[in-house]
Amino acid sequence: MVNLSFTLDRRDVVARLLRDRGEALVVTGLGSPSYDVNAAGDHKGNFYLWGAMGAAALVGMGLAKAQPERTVLAITGDGEALMGLGGLATIAVAKPANLVVIVLDNGHFGETGMQQSHTGFGLDLAAVGKAVGFAETGVVTDDAGVEALAAALHARATGPRLYVVRVRAENVARSLPPRDAVWGKNRLRAHLGFGVS
Amino acid sequence: MSQDANTGHTGGTMAAEPRDWPLELHRILRAEDVRQMCFVPDAGHSRLIKLCQADPEMATHVLTTEEEGIAIAAGAWLGGQRSVVLMQSSGVGNCINMLSLPVIGRFPLLMMVTMRGEWAEFNPWQMPMGRATEATLNAIGVATVRAETADDLVEITASSAKMAYGADQQIAVIISQRLLGAKKW
Repeated sequence: MVNLSFTLDRRDVVARLLRDRGEALVVTGLGSPSYDVNAAGDHKGNFYLWGAMGAAALVGMGLAKAQPERTVLAITGDGEALMGLGGLATIAVAKPANLVVIVLDNGHFGETGMQQSHTGFGLDLAAVGKAVGFAETGVVTDDAGVEALAAALHARATGPRLYVVRVRAENVARSLPPRDAVWGKNRLRAHLGFGVS
Repeated sequence: MSQDANTGHTGGTMAAEPRDWPLELHRILRAEDVRQMCFVPDAGHSRLIKLCQADPEMATHVLTTEEEGIAIAAGAWLGGQRSVVLMQSSGVGNCINMLSLPVIGRFPLLMMVTMRGEWAEFNPWQMPMGRATEATLNAIGVATVRAETADDLVEITASSAKMAYGADQQIAVIISQRLLGAKKW
């Protein structure tokens, strides 16, 4: 393990980021980020992934392009983001200015036995985001950074943003959102005013 | 059957004007209000890609790998937009786990797959995935409809779009290599 600071409490981080979510829509990556977002309070504007690893930021991109007036948050983990690394390049080219990718980075694959991940070995996902062309990137390691990020989520940006939030490697009690993807799909679409087919 | 035989034309070897199917596919996608198009390039798709890129009503997304398009299509539908994903048969293999998302969520999905590894293929590396394309799609739960002629392709695309967007189906239109013509080396 390289010397990085992974000290923030993931549940506290997500609760603070979503505290004043307003009209924001949220897509979550499978595993702990889905539990964290559910623990912060279920919402009709949430869509929880329980599989399709690597999809979270890209589902967020398709949604953000279709709903350009709303902020879309893709909240995922380092393992899920790493599986969709090429997708970051695709997002950067598509330039959805209303998309914010938030990586809850604990440096480990927490769902499968806490094996060290590439970020634990030192890979910097924010640097990857910057290299492929995200408009803004950053690494959040402390409380002040979390508050600054929460305040900045709804700001107008010139392109997609990616923030890595370094959190403790720990398995907190699971908070399970519904697993029925048809229900989740129809609920979010109804929230946006679209009918069931 | 040649046009000569149809019309009784006796002017020698003049071939029938090939049907401009990419133009017709673009027209169908527009009529279905498709607003996002994702693609990994393929020679067989090149004209359709250009038509979509020139269309101000359609956002086009170049992908690094095909499964990205499956995820983007689901997101687009969540946000109320229809989309289409263009790829070559080799890319189908990249998509399999990601297809869990539209299959289990009954998200409308229209994939347009140009075939390699079947008709007069020169590159043996294309064979395994060419043979596995429809079998793997069917195994994960995506229906396949195969077009052998341009006339078929236009009708099948129109029908498949209706079923995908109207009946929440996951459908891949398989465009045969015979229709496209073997790659020239």
